[in-house]
Amino acid sequence: MNFLKPNFSLSFDPLSSFFVFVILLISVPSAVFSVGYMKNQYSGKKIALGWVLLAAFVMSMAAVVLVKDAFLFLIAWELMSLVSYFLVIFDSEHAKSIKAGVIYIIMTHIGTAFIIAAFMMIFKYAHSFDFAAMKQACAVIPAAQRDVIFLFLLIGFGTKAGIVPLHIWLPYAHPQAPSHISSIMSGVMIKTAIYGLIRFVIMILGVNTFWWGNLILILAAVSCLVGVMYALMEHDLKKLLAYHSVENIGIILLGIGASMVFSVLNMPIPAALAMAAGLYHLINHAVFKSLLFLCAGSIYKATGLRDMEKLGGLIKTMPWTAASFLVGAMGISALPPLNGFISEWLTFQALFSGALYGTGSVKILMGIYAAVLALTGGLAAACFVKAFGITFLAMPRSQAAKEAKEVAPSMIYMTGFLALMTVVLGLLASPVIKILSRVSGYVLSADVSAMSVSGFSLNNLVVMPLAGTYLSSPLIALALIVVSGVALGLVLLFYGKSKVTVDKTWGCGYYNLDSRTEYTATAFSKPFRIAFSFFYRPYHKKEKIRDSYYHVKSMKYETSITPLFKKYIYDTVISRVFGTANFLSRMQSGSIHFYIAYIFATIIVLLVFMNRF
Amino acid sequence: MRTLIIISQTLLLIALAPLLSGVIRKIKNNIRMRKGPGILQPYYNFFKLLSKDEVISENTSWLFRAAPYVVLSSTVAALLLVPAAPFGFGMDLMGDFIVVVFLLALGRFFIALAGLDAGSAFGGMGSSREMFLSSLVEPVMLLAVFTVSINSGSTNLSAVYSAPYLRLSSLIAGVALFIAAIAETSRIPVDNQETHLELTMVHEAMVLEYSGKSLALIELASHIKQIIFFTLIANILFPAGAMLAGPALNLVLFFIKLLSICAIVAIIEVSIAKMRLFRVVDFLSFGFVISVVALLVSVMGF
Repeated sequence: MNFLKPNFSLSFDPLSSFFVFVILLISVPSAVFSVGYMKNQYSGKKIALGWVLLAAFVMSMAAVVLVKDAFLFLIAWELMSLVSYFLVIFDSEHAKSIKAGVIYIIMTHIGTAFIIAAFMMIFKYAHSFDFAAMKQACAVIPAAQRDVIFLFLLIGFGTKAGIVPLHIWLPYAHPQAPSHISSIMSGVMIKTAIYGLIRFVIMILGVNTFWWGNLILILAAVSCLVGVMYALMEHDLKKLLAYHSVENIGIILLGIGASMVFSVLNMPIPAALAMAAGLYHLINHAVFKSLLFLCAGSIYKATGLRDMEKLGGLIKTMPWTAASFLVGAMGISALPPLNGFISEWLTFQALFSGALYGTGSVKILMGIYAAVLALTGGLAAACFVKAFGITFLAMPRSQAAKEAKEVAPSMIYMTGFLALMTVVLGLLASPVIKILSRVSGYVLSADVSAMSVSGFSLNNLVVMPLAGTYLSSPLIALALIVVSGVALGLVLLFYGKSKVTVDKTWGCGYYNLDSRTEYTATAFSKPFRIAFSFFYRPYHKKEKIRDSYYHVKSMKYETSITPLFKKYIYDTVISRVFGTANFLSRMQSGSIHFYIAYIFATIIVLLVFMNRF
Repeated sequence: MRTLIIISQTLLLIALAPLLSGVIRKIKNNIRMRKGPGILQPYYNFFKLLSKDEVISENTSWLFRAAPYVVLSSTVAALLLVPAAPFGFGMDLMGDFIVVVFLLALGRFFIALAGLDAGSAFGGMGSSREMFLSSLVEPVMLLAVFTVSINSGSTNLSAVYSAPYLRLSSLIAGVALFIAAIAETSRIPVDNQETHLELTMVHEAMVLEYSGKSLALIELASHIKQIIFFTLIANILFPAGAMLAGPALNLVLFFIKLLSICAIVAIIEVSIAKMRLFRVVDFLSFGFVISVVALLVSVMGF
């Protein structure tokens, strides 16, 4: 029994080190944030429990990326899932949390089951769970079985990563956890699934089939669009962020899938570039997503609200949280010169260099993926204009929002730190890419080391070796600052400081505008709801409450969208499962004679099975 | 030296930018048999606004004040990248074709936030629609950029500019980019620059709360954005050979190209009615189809 003698040593190869770095980069600020966040929110005992769970959670994630043995990997993976389940139901007094927890634990176990099955199939050849032995064995596995293993791994890790259509748990579970946990779950935990895909599919199983990468690319493109489109319709701040995780996992997988395709097509440099782009977006997403979740936590702490329609005007009462959120929003909307921009640009470049050196269909597909990425970027920017604009700008829409106070300094410092990281990862693109191309060179092994991967970056320039293209984010930042400065200087020099009259917002000459006449998040997303109605299947309900026929006292307007995946996939599956269970329950007749017959039949079937296989 | 040329070329284009709007308006008025203001009117407006006082809503925050500068600087930064005649190179070390798209997105992000900041429904509606349209424009633009870049083997704008010969797919991509430009510069049939009233309510509604210097900067940024698009189209539609003609002739050619694009835009503006907002989706989808066609044609080798 080989798997009972696991290899307990840890691996600190570039890939594992990278992931440990990301885990610590996010977990430490989130943990410090939680000091201020949990204070007065929970009882002392619960805070202690929260710390124990948090520590276990972070350690299990670190174990997932560090172990060298698939058996230990599974134990760590399961531990991570269970601990995060307990963290999702941490606010167990809410029925919503329990529901979210149930959905989460079911989905994550379905995923784990697939991973176990895949490991078993490899074990059959390797007779060991050691990564090195598994890698050797994978070379001799027949192609059809490799395909099955790949699909199992994809489903298993895809469930954890939240790729469409396996994302269903993510928008329930992530928002329900306390904010610092949402930050770690969205920022890091789903990334361990990406680690799993890279480690087991690319490094151990080895990619030599064209359609694997293509399948991942298609799923990634769908995830991008579906994630961002649902995010646009969402007005619960944390749920909106959770849907954006689906989108960003899609962007990361665009890089990784493209890398798989290119390495099969024997294009090592585009492959290394695409992998580096994916990894870059991974760390970027970890940083700005946890930043945004922590900010949402600060808002929740200050107002008790997550619904954007009741917020507003927070930029005046919570200036520091607002500034950090703005930086995060700019990062996730891929605005230069911040980090999201760099990684999306790299992804574009990877797709482009694939298109440049690929043939026919690859060219067209890469173009389409680039267009999908562009559409995603546009929609994400719209979504974050909504999220920031409605939450922080204009007038507060409720008493709680009006009375909001800036949160404790320890929380502000942590969001500030992550905001700083967002900027730093944008400005230091060149050294970061140098490091990441080392990681991607390691992942893709020998092919790349021959070609100099480090050619991606010079002093502070990002260079695309194939396309002859440069990018310098410090230069962009400099240009932005200089032009703003010159414009400001010229205006002041020639025209002086203008007299500014502060007055009411123009209300077309009618009475005063108040928060009820402001534009709402629902209204903001209306054009999208109409234009993409084929996807959203929106539902409206209008109700007029009248005093008399001539006077409408008030109006009620309700709108909701049809959750396609839940309605047409999951609800169907669930109803079928229950139907089947009901049907099978007829077997349970209560008569012992029948049960003996069942046992006998089972033995016969097993004997036949053993004999046959 | 190179940097100096780029900066002077950028300054020249900035100085020229309002003129294009004036020219378009003049052509439109001539077609409509109206007299209309002279072609220098945008400059007069700019300097007039600069010397005016500002009225600011009491609901606004620092973001409202900062937005005009972000918009202007991001647009100018994008302009720095764009190669123009007579020498035909931009600030390549800073970024490429794709960065232009991203930089324009930066300005748009802030101006849309500023639109929401005053708390009026006008601004909110404008922001919402602007973000809606631009998110649909982005794939059109990027796919056109992608195609042109595949043709010239690089996303580097100077390389695109000095592509040795003209290709059919680049022409088609230029048409797609033209459709994107109409949407991005808020021209009919997508938007109407002349009014902020209900029918259009996109860009002009978004900046409704602005006045004085801030408005001057925003309008200047819009003019610059327009010249960026026109220059890109000019260099994609008729790029080749221009470099061979020598700087002087090149410059003349460049102005002729800009003028003809202005004329086309003006003719489109007077001859088509503004579309309903949700018809614009079809218009932009059409643009997307064209850019896909451009990609296909490029893959086929034309």
